[in-house]
Amino acid sequence: MTAAATSERAPSQPARTTELHPDRGPGAAQRVVTVLSNIALLVISALFAIPLLWVVLAALDPEASLAVKVPSPPSLANFSAIATMETTFRPLLNSLILCGGGTVVTMVCSALAAYPLSRYRSRFKRPFLLTIIFATGLPITAVMIPVYALFVQVNLIDSMGGAILFLAASSLPYAMFLTKTFMDGVPIELEESAWTEGATMLRTLWSIVLPLMRPGIAVVTIFTFVTMWGNFFVPFMLLLSPEKLPAAVSLYTFSSQYGQIAYGQLAAFSLVYSLPVVALYLALGRRLGSGFAITGGVKG
Amino acid sequence: MTAATAPEAAAASTPGEGREPDRQAPTSRTVRRGLPLVPAVVLLLAFMAGPIVYSLYLAFTNRALRGEGASETSFVGFDNFTQAFASADFWNAVGLTLLFTLVSAIIGQNLLGMALALLMRKANKLVTALTGAVVIGAWILPEVVAAYLWYTFLGDEGSLNQVFTAIGLPPQDWLFSVPILAVSFANIWRGVAFSMLIYTAALAQVSPEVEEAATMDGAGRIRKFVSVTLPIIRRSVATNLMLITLQTLSVFGLIFIMTAGGPGTSSQTLPLYMYEQAFSYGQLGYGTAVALLLLLIGGLASLAYLKMLPEEEKS
Repeated sequence: MTAAATSERAPSQPARTTELHPDRGPGAAQRVVTVLSNIALLVISALFAIPLLWVVLAALDPEASLAVKVPSPPSLANFSAIATMETTFRPLLNSLILCGGGTVVTMVCSALAAYPLSRYRSRFKRPFLLTIIFATGLPITAVMIPVYALFVQVNLIDSMGGAILFLAASSLPYAMFLTKTFMDGVPIELEESAWTEGATMLRTLWSIVLPLMRPGIAVVTIFTFVTMWGNFFVPFMLLLSPEKLPAAVSLYTFSSQYGQIAYGQLAAFSLVYSLPVVALYLALGRRLGSGFAITGGVKG
Repeated sequence: MTAATAPEAAAASTPGEGREPDRQAPTSRTVRRGLPLVPAVVLLLAFMAGPIVYSLYLAFTNRALRGEGASETSFVGFDNFTQAFASADFWNAVGLTLLFTLVSAIIGQNLLGMALALLMRKANKLVTALTGAVVIGAWILPEVVAAYLWYTFLGDEGSLNQVFTAIGLPPQDWLFSVPILAVSFANIWRGVAFSMLIYTAALAQVSPEVEEAATMDGAGRIRKFVSVTLPIIRRSVATNLMLITLQTLSVFGLIFIMTAGGPGTSSQTLPLYMYEQAFSYGQLGYGTAVALLLLLIGGLASLAYLKMLPEEEKS
């Protein structure tokens, strides 16, 4: 990794001589920089790809081992072996209920809360926003023990509803902050006429503001869902019954039970479990960057 | 931002002109406007603020899952904290957490993320797209899958040893010989896309004219980066450092699945130590005290992040 970090300097040496003659054309030195940058990136990509390559190849190999190996012949036996209710379908369905439910709760709360935060001025607004931004940084890991103890007290342990509400609450600060920032970008003129016609706040939000910020809403929704889908610690702590466990936890249970023998099946299950988030990110495409510009304090 | 504040000013200067269908007293107006906040606030109070306040109580008790503190919880003052500060395992966990954060976030993700963002500006589009896909692919995979991939990659018979043997180097059991470095590298792999995306967004804001002016003055590439580009994006750098530190401090699943904190306690960072104390040993009160310390560190880092965020994001 340090080699990669220093390699960016390497291309600069040969280029330095021509920097004194700033011609904008793609000079020879410029081309050297491009080639060296390409090589550096390709090397990093190759290193990054090895673990990814393993999961794809092992999933197609009924005799998979820990090492990267091209299966001969490739087969779907691993996938058919895991295509059972207990191993794959129920955990995925649980993940869908857990993360789908959590995302719906988060998004409804975020959209509602973002409206007054974006549209009105109040002396409570700034302290409130500061608290929300502060909460985005709190390590959720650190509250899991008190949450567990609290859930035991109120009898919410092993309750799907309790886990959904906690997941929703933990992703709410970030989702609210992002939604509010995207909403700030929607011009207010259209709402003004709606107000004069006496439309309620809810109606204005639903039929004017939200349709105008659909790309932003998509970004926040997908971010929220994907984060929940990958979350291991929360369901690991709050859910106990095997029939309620989402894929994140069942993958762990599966690997500790059969991990030493069924590498191929484990790889296949990992792929199936990862597929939804990969698909969602592909759907997001170029919009991915916009959430980052906001978080990073860069004006988008 | 300006669009959002405009009607406020208008409404204030022309009260009761019907810009808004609202002629109630200011207090009831504030209340009515605040109503949409209620679901979010209730949820946050019940599931975030509640547990945090509860942990302030729990950390000062001897609450346990079994044994003495289970049937009857009693107040023990600062006992949990003094016990932690006197415990070698606690300090081991603190040291490992710092090492893990330093190696994987501040050095690894940060520098590699910057290098990737810079290289991507120079490389051709196809290579940039390919690298972006692979790096982001590593990032979007669920934590458990990433942990499992690295477990196999670094295993005794794994791919890394395969590569090592192929080039004539002695293979070794990485998860056993250098566990904290093993999980650090896994965390770099998994998290670098975040820094890369932040830095790509930041570098896109640097106008080419500024950099060109430096080139005119005869500045070399490194010089130009250090004295022109870096000062412009310094706020993004600080913000990124803060965010990846926060994320890395609370990594649990990755380490739990790769090494479970072992062998022994040689990769047991604070979250794993906290978990072990609370659940393996059943000491909920003590575990909460450790969690509270972690929360405190996170809270301080989060405050620093808040300070760094540009003013217009907070209004």
